[in-house]
Amino acid sequence: MAQQLLNIILFLPLVAALIMALFLRGDDEAARGNAKYLALFATIATFLASLFLLAEFDPSNPDFQFVSESNWILGLKWRLGVDGISILFVLLTTFLMPLVIWSAWDVTKRVKEYMIAFLILETLMIGVFGALDLVMFYLFFEAGLIPMFLIIGVWGGVNRIYAAFKFFLYTFLGSVLMLVAMIFMYMDAGTTCIGACGEGQVSLLTHTFSFEAFDLLGVQVVGGVQTLLFLAFFASFAVKMPMWPFHTWLPDAHVQAPTAGSVILAAIMLKMGGYGFLRFSIPMFPVASDLLAPLVFWMSAIAVVYTSLVAIVQSDMKKLIAYSSVAHMGYVTMGIFAINQQGLDGAIFQMISHGFISGALFLCVGVIYDRMHTREIDAYGGLVNRMPAYAMVFMFFTMANVGLPGTSGFVGEFLTIMGIYQVNTWIAFFAASGVIFSASYALWLYRRVIFGTLTKDSLKLISDMTTREKLIFAPLVAMTLFLGVYPSAVTDIIGPSVTHLIENYLAALPAVAEQAAMH
Amino acid sequence: MTAVDFNTVLPEVILALYAMAALMFGVYTGKDRVAVPLVWATAGLFVALALWIGLAGEGDRTAFHGMFNDDPFSRFSKVVILLSTAAVLVMSQDYMSRWNLLRFEFPVIVTLAVTGMMMMVSAGDLMALYMGLELQSLALYVTAAIRRDSAKSSEAGLKYFVLGSLSSGMLLFGASLVYGFTGTTQFDGIFVAVQADVSLGLLFGLVFMLAGLAFKISAAPFHMWTPDVYEGSPTPVTAFFATAPKVAAMALIARLAWDAFGSIPAQWGQVLAAMSVLSMYLGAIAAIGQKDIKRLMAYSSIAHMGYALIGLAAATTGTPDQAVQGVQAMLIYMAIYVTMGVGSFAFILGMERDGRPVTDIASLKMLSKSEPLKALALLALFFSLAGVPPFIGFYAKFAVLKAAVDAGMVWLAVAGGIASVIGAFYYLRVVYFIYFGDTEDPAESRMSAVQWVLMMAVAAILVLGAINLFGIEGPALTAAKSLVL
Repeated sequence: MAQQLLNIILFLPLVAALIMALFLRGDDEAARGNAKYLALFATIATFLASLFLLAEFDPSNPDFQFVSESNWILGLKWRLGVDGISILFVLLTTFLMPLVIWSAWDVTKRVKEYMIAFLILETLMIGVFGALDLVMFYLFFEAGLIPMFLIIGVWGGVNRIYAAFKFFLYTFLGSVLMLVAMIFMYMDAGTTCIGACGEGQVSLLTHTFSFEAFDLLGVQVVGGVQTLLFLAFFASFAVKMPMWPFHTWLPDAHVQAPTAGSVILAAIMLKMGGYGFLRFSIPMFPVASDLLAPLVFWMSAIAVVYTSLVAIVQSDMKKLIAYSSVAHMGYVTMGIFAINQQGLDGAIFQMISHGFISGALFLCVGVIYDRMHTREIDAYGGLVNRMPAYAMVFMFFTMANVGLPGTSGFVGEFLTIMGIYQVNTWIAFFAASGVIFSASYALWLYRRVIFGTLTKDSLKLISDMTTREKLIFAPLVAMTLFLGVYPSAVTDIIGPSVTHLIENYLAALPAVAEQAAMH
Repeated sequence: MTAVDFNTVLPEVILALYAMAALMFGVYTGKDRVAVPLVWATAGLFVALALWIGLAGEGDRTAFHGMFNDDPFSRFSKVVILLSTAAVLVMSQDYMSRWNLLRFEFPVIVTLAVTGMMMMVSAGDLMALYMGLELQSLALYVTAAIRRDSAKSSEAGLKYFVLGSLSSGMLLFGASLVYGFTGTTQFDGIFVAVQADVSLGLLFGLVFMLAGLAFKISAAPFHMWTPDVYEGSPTPVTAFFATAPKVAAMALIARLAWDAFGSIPAQWGQVLAAMSVLSMYLGAIAAIGQKDIKRLMAYSSIAHMGYALIGLAAATTGTPDQAVQGVQAMLIYMAIYVTMGVGSFAFILGMERDGRPVTDIASLKMLSKSEPLKALALLALFFSLAGVPPFIGFYAKFAVLKAAVDAGMVWLAVAGGIASVIGAFYYLRVVYFIYFGDTEDPAESRMSAVQWVLMMAVAAILVLGAINLFGIEGPALTAAKSLVL
């Protein structure tokens, strides 16, 4: 049973989607209600099943757990498992999905299809984090584009088609380069197994890819094959993350996507990039990671400073939060590539915490968008007079986004800056300045929307949050606070796996020094 | 002709005899009134033959002193050809009856074309090759012009005929050069002669023959006829062109390359790699501006032939094992491509507006509103054609890219990968019309039961194939081994 737990979690939403597609008929009020309730129950059941996963998980063991394996096509294997790093992302996904489904309660356009798209998306996202085979990872990573493409394109805003195409093609280009790199890795290592391959089997995590420099079209490639593979994976993950300057699809996609789509995109799909760095780039190409870390640092620093400044001048609330996401992802990438305990812990913590906070912020925008059907900041002002509860919740998440101590946002930023300070003080300086910028755009947004006198006629009758909306925000507030005051809940789980990652990374590096000495 | 020889070619003989008998039957009985039962009888015969060849065929036999091969490779191709043609025939019947196109000659001509294709994939000699190829081509020219009162259809037939003859001429010229420099028309003999000495004249002959065959699979730069012929021919004929003949010609290229010129793979590998890259990019870029779905499918097929050629080109640089993998990848690719072709055309056949068949892409606008199930199946089809997982089209691309990387041709795999992103754009455009359009003015989709079943079956295959590819890997591997080793 425990062996199959991950498979059950993976396929539960898919089965619900199939049931919905096959047995739910009609488009009247009752059919819509059935679709919504079925989706909600399926996602809640998935979440409960994933709690069992957490209960049975042994945090002191850095290896993969709940591994299940069976034969598949073209000589490939179907292999699932989680370690300390991936289990949290699985939980983040299953935790957010019921809230997202519930937040979409008022959707009236093609409800059944909407719910099916989200359920399929949940399966695919869990698959990304649970895959222990290169091709399986690619399969889930890539297939997730299809439901998201449809969610943006069918249920999105005015300019949804442009956004959907941009989102799909941008990500697809990066992924295809990754696919070629993956095939090359398979040829080189003779396996597509990432970990837990069985006794005496080679895994990609233990295989050393060549790092001897060679000439390519007259250019010397320092770091050899590893550098090329790293760059191919980087093409995919940097777009997904997104890192500056590959972030331009994100504001479009976020702004045009429906609220629930934005939440999933910001809270979970962006994390696939960071997870990819942790699972592939650093452990599999340590030499290239070491070599290219400064590049990543500077790209991250630019992301933090530049996109924060861009965020300040936005007039669209969703766009502002989208740019803020890019800035926060900048902390994650620099924390990851600092490759020390604080940096990595901080980066993972930041990803989890950003999942709650950015998801909640997009939901906040959704609340007033549902009432006023505009995202323009200028259209609001003085909401506190009519919506005190909303002002409270929005205040809380604005503060968490800024990184107020006591919220989870603070822990992530603090740890990453501490980690990066040990490696490069200049980058730490820029990263710290980002904290100030984030305070300026977030608080200014809050002031313009919530404070002031309520002068606009259209806002005079706006109603406060409903009970459903309050209940959606309650778990998010609880988690943000809980992780803010008790960060060990996360770091205890990821600790051994992160230590293991760092040890392997450091063990791989002396080989480079030896080789350099020989030349 | 000995009894053994006769046994080996029995399927082809049955088909040829059946074609003649059916022709007589049609002429002396009800003419076009018997066309419908004739279509079903022909399709039934194809399926029966496919089952027979696929299940009972074993071993590696030759007939007529090596002119005709019966090996796993030819059997794999024949099964694909027969099954796909049967599917195309039965799904065409309703369309052709409705638009008054169904002549009793149609199934007969298709049978002759299939006989030619089966001859092609079994050829062991330049004469047999040419015989099969011409039998197939002549039958295809006629089917392109089967709508006798339509200028477009006649134009398509004529265009196909003129350009096709040119390519046949090139092929013949190449074959005569090869014969002149090796002194034999048998593939075995050519193989031995090539091993001893590769002269410039022989290479000329090889290149001319490849050019002639590239025309038949519509690989760039010999693709010019494809969009016009696809657009001008009646849709059932287009569906036929897009499926079985491509498999036959691709198999023939593989056969010629390995059986006759297998000792100098480097010489033809470059040609195939160049054609592969050209086809992928031309197909991907030229399809973007298309407004007619049949033209779109034409460019799409050009691009797909490019991917299948990756498999063949990749078979040339490495060890025999890698070569086997390349050929296997090509066979899997073609089988999957044909499946997707049948599914897409099953839908295209049913598109109509105001009682007339239409093929413009814009008429798919918001199909998802009026026909949600068909729209979903089309979504799967087009994402599969684009090569997006988890649909089966991804595994086809994965197989050829893997073969290319395995053979050390990483550049070819990267080129293929980038082309597939460009290609994804126009497949997504179709999805865009189906799902995102703002105006609602979809054409009707009046599919017959057979078309509906075929389309849904293909959509199901596209999804369920991700479980184990329906086990075609094994037969494809055996087939590739029999060809290469």
